Amino acid sequence: MSGEETMSVKATVISEIQRIAEDDSKSLPPLTDDLVLLDSGLDSLGIAILVARLEETLGFDPFTETDDIAYPVTLGDFIRFYEHAAESHGVDSR
Amino acid sequence: MNTPPNPMASIRDRLGSPPEGPERFLWGATASVRLGHRLDGTGLRGRVAELARRSVLIATRDQFATALALIELDGIARRLVICTPDLPPEHLPAVVAKAGVDAIVSDRDGGHDALGVPLRVLCNGTVMPAKETPVTCCRTEWVLLTSGTTGAPKMLVHSFASLTAPIGSALGQRADVVWGTFYDIRRYGGLQIFLRAVLGPGSFVLSGAGEPTGDHLVRLGAHGATHVSGTPSHWRRALMSPDARAIAPRYIRLSGEIADQGILNALHSFYPQASVGHAFASTEAGVGFEVNDGLEGFPASMVGAPGDVQIKVVEGSLRIRSARNAVRYVGDDDSTLTDDEGFVDTGDMVERRGDRYYFLGRRSGIINVGGLKVYPEEVEAAINRHPAVRMSMVRSRRSPITGSLVAADVVLKGEPDSSGAAGEMVDFKREILQICHDRLAPHKIPATIRFVPALEIAAAGKLARHA
Repeated sequence: MSGEETMSVKATVISEIQRIAEDDSKSLPPLTDDLVLLDSGLDSLGIAILVARLEETLGFDPFTETDDIAYPVTLGDFIRFYEHAAESHGVDSR
Repeated sequence: MNTPPNPMASIRDRLGSPPEGPERFLWGATASVRLGHRLDGTGLRGRVAELARRSVLIATRDQFATALALIELDGIARRLVICTPDLPPEHLPAVVAKAGVDAIVSDRDGGHDALGVPLRVLCNGTVMPAKETPVTCCRTEWVLLTSGTTGAPKMLVHSFASLTAPIGSALGQRADVVWGTFYDIRRYGGLQIFLRAVLGPGSFVLSGAGEPTGDHLVRLGAHGATHVSGTPSHWRRALMSPDARAIAPRYIRLSGEIADQGILNALHSFYPQASVGHAFASTEAGVGFEVNDGLEGFPASMVGAPGDVQIKVVEGSLRIRSARNAVRYVGDDDSTLTDDEGFVDTGDMVERRGDRYYFLGRRSGIINVGGLKVYPEEVEAAINRHPAVRMSMVRSRRSPITGSLVAADVVLKGEPDSSGAAGEMVDFKREILQICHDRLAPHKIPATIRFVPALEIAAAGKLARHA
């Protein structure tokens, strides 16, 4: 577990996506910033699980912090959304 | 059985009154049909007469075929039993027996042979010219399936009157209305939109089986969808699609799950031209009410107010009485649909804060994952198969994407070996998930598993579940 504390938000997001895909025995396309989340092999249930697991790992869920959300479309949007929230939580996001 | 036919008591008769305005269509993902004067042909290969006064199971893979069958058989069949797309096949024999099914409409040649139903009619979305126009001969009972505690479906009877009671006012729609829905029309929420569309003056766009969200959005946009409905989870998924801009609806409707302020605000800012409303509806209670002020929850003034739909709150649970309620359960189901005063207990827990009520979730722990029900007992039974598990409790966990998710608290037998404890836990987690994968639909598999030393047991010896 000690390794995760120093892991960047981006690396944490990517490793959780890989773990969920592995559990589902799904193969993933290259996880680039411009990859559309819904094309990543995760359906909306998969994305919901990702958000729940990230809350356990990172300790926050940026979707529930405001009633004014712009839903992320690409993986890059999603990671930036979490990095931004990490900053306001005082978590080192890099 | 010999009820005199009411000339306007079926879909076909309503279609028979030609509306003014543009040509009307029912668009599926791979086929379409004109709705204008009447269905311009038959999707049942001219075999409608054979299905007269029968109890007909409609079991198709694509909902377009179901739509054709519903239009052609309402007012002809004694009963229409509509299979949901995800009904596990092992429950079909019980459905057939309980509903007295004596004919099956399917899109598979030779499908359902094993059920032993004598008459099978193919309906695969192909429309052929009709030689004769069937005449309405009975009041059809509509049987809808909704998931039950043991995984076996509950079967609810609706009538054309109960299904269409909520849509009287909606029929004053403009003729240029094009309905679309992310729902499947084989569930109550989608069926409501189907009926609004075919009984109104406009057209309707259906999603295809397994059609990606983006493709569906592009088709909705291409057909100029003006009125689009779905669950909050459907809409969150739509907003996460790069094709969300393909549609520009005038009216957005949410139902089937709690609509929180986040999704209402997001839709309002993404589609500023649209009015956004959320509705409360269930298969049992029908459409309860619609809320169009852009706020989550509903005004407290609706509770106890006179009108077509009466609402009360008993021990925190919402109860509804109206002509839109289902008529009864099918068969030997001894559970009663209504209380002594004729109200359906929805099992949805609400809380009053100021002048509004807000939804809290379900009583009895039922979890609503993106509009699909999960009974915790079924998931617990799967988890408890793992030899190291003493007991488990499955509960709802809020999700900003699917409304709720399944979360499991698990108590292990004995103390884990302290030396390799962490590694053992990881293995147990993986093995439990594997068991769930093998036995449960994806939305029922726990998203998170937590090992806990003990679970709270209520006085009656049952797990203490909280709404």
